[in-house]
Amino acid sequence: MRVVIAEDLFLLRDGLTRMLQAHGLEIAAAVDNGADLLAAVAKDQPDVAIVDVRLPPTFTDEGIRAALAARRAAPGLPVLVLSQYVEQLYARELLASGTGGIGYLLKDRVFDSAQFVDAVRRVAAGGTAMDPEVIARLLARNTGNASIGALSPREREVLALMAEGRSNVAIAQRLVITERAVAKHTASIFLKLDLQPSDDDNRRVLAVLAYLEV
Amino acid sequence: MVTGSQPVRSRPRLTPAAGLAAAFHGVAFAGLMLAGLGLLLVILASVFLTALGFGVLALAGGLPGDQRMLLALLLVGAGLGIGRFFVPATLVALRGLANLTRRLAGEWCGVTIAEPYRPPPADGTQKLPYTERLRWLLGDVATWRDLLWVTVNALVGWILAVASAALAVTGLVAFLVPVVSRAVPPAAFPGNTKPALAVLGFAMLAAGLAAAPWLLRGYGLLASSMLAPAGKAELALRVRHLAQTRTETLEGGAAEIRRIERDLHDGAQARLVAMGMTLDAAGQIIDSNPEAARALLWEARDASVKALAELRALVRGIHPPVLADRGLGDAIAALTLDTPLRIHLASELYGRPPAWVESAAYFAISELLANVSKHAQARETWIDIRHTDRMLRIGVTDNGHGGADPARGTGLRGIERRLAAFDGVVAISSPPGGPTAVTMEIPCELSLPKTSSS
Repeated sequence: MRVVIAEDLFLLRDGLTRMLQAHGLEIAAAVDNGADLLAAVAKDQPDVAIVDVRLPPTFTDEGIRAALAARRAAPGLPVLVLSQYVEQLYARELLASGTGGIGYLLKDRVFDSAQFVDAVRRVAAGGTAMDPEVIARLLARNTGNASIGALSPREREVLALMAEGRSNVAIAQRLVITERAVAKHTASIFLKLDLQPSDDDNRRVLAVLAYLEV
Repeated sequence: MVTGSQPVRSRPRLTPAAGLAAAFHGVAFAGLMLAGLGLLLVILASVFLTALGFGVLALAGGLPGDQRMLLALLLVGAGLGIGRFFVPATLVALRGLANLTRRLAGEWCGVTIAEPYRPPPADGTQKLPYTERLRWLLGDVATWRDLLWVTVNALVGWILAVASAALAVTGLVAFLVPVVSRAVPPAAFPGNTKPALAVLGFAMLAAGLAAAPWLLRGYGLLASSMLAPAGKAELALRVRHLAQTRTETLEGGAAEIRRIERDLHDGAQARLVAMGMTLDAAGQIIDSNPEAARALLWEARDASVKALAELRALVRGIHPPVLADRGLGDAIAALTLDTPLRIHLASELYGRPPAWVESAAYFAISELLANVSKHAQARETWIDIRHTDRMLRIGVTDNGHGGADPARGTGLRGIERRLAAFDGVVAISSPPGGPTAVTMEIPCELSLPKTSSS
């Protein structure tokens, strides 16, 4: 799998490169600004781009804009955005296309390299990786929602993990329950929230996120 | 606190009801004039009697010496007595009257007039000695301008106030007497006088009512010319306002820095120390007990995650990143996404206010939203952000149960203080039963949006 990294801090760029290489991913290019990212995406045609939100020259939200521009230039390009902080507003903008292949994670998540690489692979495969903090805030905003209030605590846990973009297998591992139990919970959640059930992991995630009004 | 005075330039409304109200308000102003005249007479009596006493002493040669002396003493005594015991109280009453006129000029004439008086030399809690009190009152140019106003008002001002009412009442009488009264014999109105009188009367009534709002506005402007702070007084007010807001801002800033220092010290800094110690311990045992070392490493990693989370929360409280990235509109949009309230946001900013204004406005709105979710039990909230006439105007309205009292909560007072540093003002309307509407205005210019190079 070929990866392009856009991160302006040398230490982090270098660290990410080593970590991903250690997990068997190929780094096609590692750049430090948005313009070079677009050039690298056009030239190297990577499977996934990993982009820091703050990039030169203004160090504001260049990364978000570069990521969206890269996806316009190369439709369907999976992009994983990293940031020191997460905002629902940015999550909403990234997910606006509704096609998946989007990740939005706190930089802290790279501390757990196995989980992080799993997220990279998931996004590269067209899936979704939303930071747990984004999801926690989404759910907090929806506390008044009667349908979500009707979920059991366990179902709510499953809903949160599903919204993060995890598959049934991953959810089962995470909660230390059987896959069948997860399937039962998801079926119940979809029933209670009145959503169309779907076997396709990605479509399922997008339906849940849309329900939560990302 | 309102500083300076700027007459509102909107046109008065031309409806019979508005005309009628304006005419009544004019008559009420004339009533105030009578009260002012009374106060003026007390002061004049003091001055006049004293002068008369000295006059008698000097001039009344016809009277025998001792009688002349006695009369002069009586007169001077009466004059100075009034001066000693009644004048300070009269001057204070005059201020009350002038302040009432200022307030009514704002409410009825649409002419805002700020209060021009100097603050008392002491902090106002204890009663001043007589001489200092008199010096404070007489040394203030505003006192003399008040007296000028009362005089001018008693001589000509009141005519402006009652002219419309007088015209309208005369017209009404002229209109009604020939139309209604059958008791008056027709001979009293020979020829075509009767309908002509009715038409004339109606025209006078209409003219009186139509002119009333304008005359009332004119009266307000006349009052403003004498009751508003004059040149130096206005500057003095401004200096006082600036000194006060500067002190509050500096104190607020210092308190904020102490809070940040404490948060860093107890939070991220402590965690980093713990992390260093854990890593050191892991290093010590890595050869002898690799399993335990690994557990310590995980522990250090978790501590770093927590330290980062605390730093994020701290940064959010100092200057939210999305505010720096995107500006006020998007920062508030992001804020609304994080609250369970139903919020309708209308943000029309074509450019960005200065960073300190953005920050003050952001935290003010954030505080208001926190109030709404804590107290108001509102179903919906509307936020409106726009920039017109070199003012950033923000409205936050909710349909909760109202009854918010700025005097009780520290939140609203804090917002007021925060905005005052930039000459911003807060107005709140929150009748019991709701809705609650908070309006904030901060004078500022917008800079053009940054263009990105990517």
